[in-house]
Amino acid sequence: MSVNRKALFRYWKVSQQSRVVATLQYLVFMASLVWVVVHGANQMGYQWQWYNIPEYFYKVFEGEIYPGRLIKGLGVTVDLTLWCVGFTLLTGLITALLRMSDSISGRWLSTIYLELVRNTPLLVQLYLFYFVFSPIFGIDRFWTGVICLTFYEGSFVAEIIRSGVQSVERGQWEAGDSIGLTRWDNYRYIVIPQAIPIMLPPLTGQIINLIKHSSIVSVIAVADLTTEGRNIIADTFMSFEIWFTVAGIYLVLTLSLSMFVTWLENRTRVRT
Amino acid sequence: MTDTDKRVIRLDNVSKSFGNFQALKGVSFDINHGQKVVVCGPSGSGKSTMIRCINRLEEHDGGSITVNGVELTDDMANILAVRREVGMVFQQFNLFPHLTVLDNLTLGPMRSRGADKQQAQGTAMEYLERVRIPDQANKYPSQLSGGQQQRVAIARSLCMKPKIMLFDEPTSALDPEMIKEVLDVMIELAEEGMTMIVVTHEMGFAKTVADTMIFMDHGEIVEVAPPSEFFSSPRSERTQLFLSQILSH
Repeated sequence: MSVNRKALFRYWKVSQQSRVVATLQYLVFMASLVWVVVHGANQMGYQWQWYNIPEYFYKVFEGEIYPGRLIKGLGVTVDLTLWCVGFTLLTGLITALLRMSDSISGRWLSTIYLELVRNTPLLVQLYLFYFVFSPIFGIDRFWTGVICLTFYEGSFVAEIIRSGVQSVERGQWEAGDSIGLTRWDNYRYIVIPQAIPIMLPPLTGQIINLIKHSSIVSVIAVADLTTEGRNIIADTFMSFEIWFTVAGIYLVLTLSLSMFVTWLENRTRVRT
Repeated sequence: MTDTDKRVIRLDNVSKSFGNFQALKGVSFDINHGQKVVVCGPSGSGKSTMIRCINRLEEHDGGSITVNGVELTDDMANILAVRREVGMVFQQFNLFPHLTVLDNLTLGPMRSRGADKQQAQGTAMEYLERVRIPDQANKYPSQLSGGQQQRVAIARSLCMKPKIMLFDEPTSALDPEMIKEVLDVMIELAEEGMTMIVVTHEMGFAKTVADTMIFMDHGEIVEVAPPSEFFSSPRSERTQLFLSQILSH
């Protein structure tokens, strides 16, 4: 124990030093980057209008606060993402189960789906959904976006779930079998609970990807954060400020999600 | 009671291949109620494969296996019925690491025997006392020693009230000082009249407990004999060689 603690302390000291160095490097790099951008913008005579940005977050009208266009766009992005997360997990789970099943047609179906999705560009898939499938089935823009993104991300989630399930030792399955559990109970009580902590980090990465990829629905004019940004720029020509702001909002969204999941992981890990 | 009534396991010309490797080459034997069989043989001889076929952890590809009057086929209902009556103890314990000891023990009875929680916990505590670790009920498997984990695994099987217990090298993964505590539990179980098939290299245990020794080599049963005869005057040369190798030191 004491040896461990000493080693830990040494590691802490070293990591403390390297952290200071890393922070300094980071600050120098960022400062020069900012300088390049600001200097370059000034050279081309760009008029910075940061003071105009807050009204796109909120407006005060007759003493009441209303959300601005960027916040409305963020709302659509979050809405879209939440629907997608739900459907994506479901699609991924079903695909993974089919892929691991004994049914030959199930395995074929899921393999075809995976290969199809992963080997065509997301943008082309979106055009296909928007120009071909939604007119046929009468689906609106928002749901076209949800379906397309679900279709795309579901394939990655399927592989994450499959590798998570397969990383649970064979002996666990066998122990479940030996006490007479059905396949379904084996999944539910033994395999899935052990696979979830393994799947959580890559799943988080995938959901972060989903948030970022959701900006692609701006090409079919769903009023998400990116679309609102584009529209504001079309009205005001404040492209620098708006794109920085939009990127910043995405950053806050994704970083807070990964921080939440890190917290969650630390909580679930306590047991072992 | 006639012979057929007493018979709980019947293997008839069972074969099994993994790819090109034939693990079992037409294995046949009967096991009666209350019989204690110890199976030994060199590694790769098919002993584990054979007992794993008895509760269908491996699927045999020739011959027939009948357990407790039920023939093992692709029929899942039959397989589940057999598994409920056959307990299995593994070399690597295979406890469920995400569940407490108590939950490890109650899962089977609750899910596949339809017991209610209170009833299952009552049975679980009873068996934990029998394997002498009732105080560990609320711990997780990783907090226990190897010997304790294996005793929990035995208790987990017993909670299903099986008619037959299979042991697949139950002490091979244990530190030497923990082997005895596990064997003691198994000896007690044998004394209570449980039907047991044990794959093991613990020849001391075999001499105490077994009423039948089976020696396997290259996927075949080479010799079947009561232990007194088996150890003192083995008939086959292969058995003699094997015994000289494991008993010489």
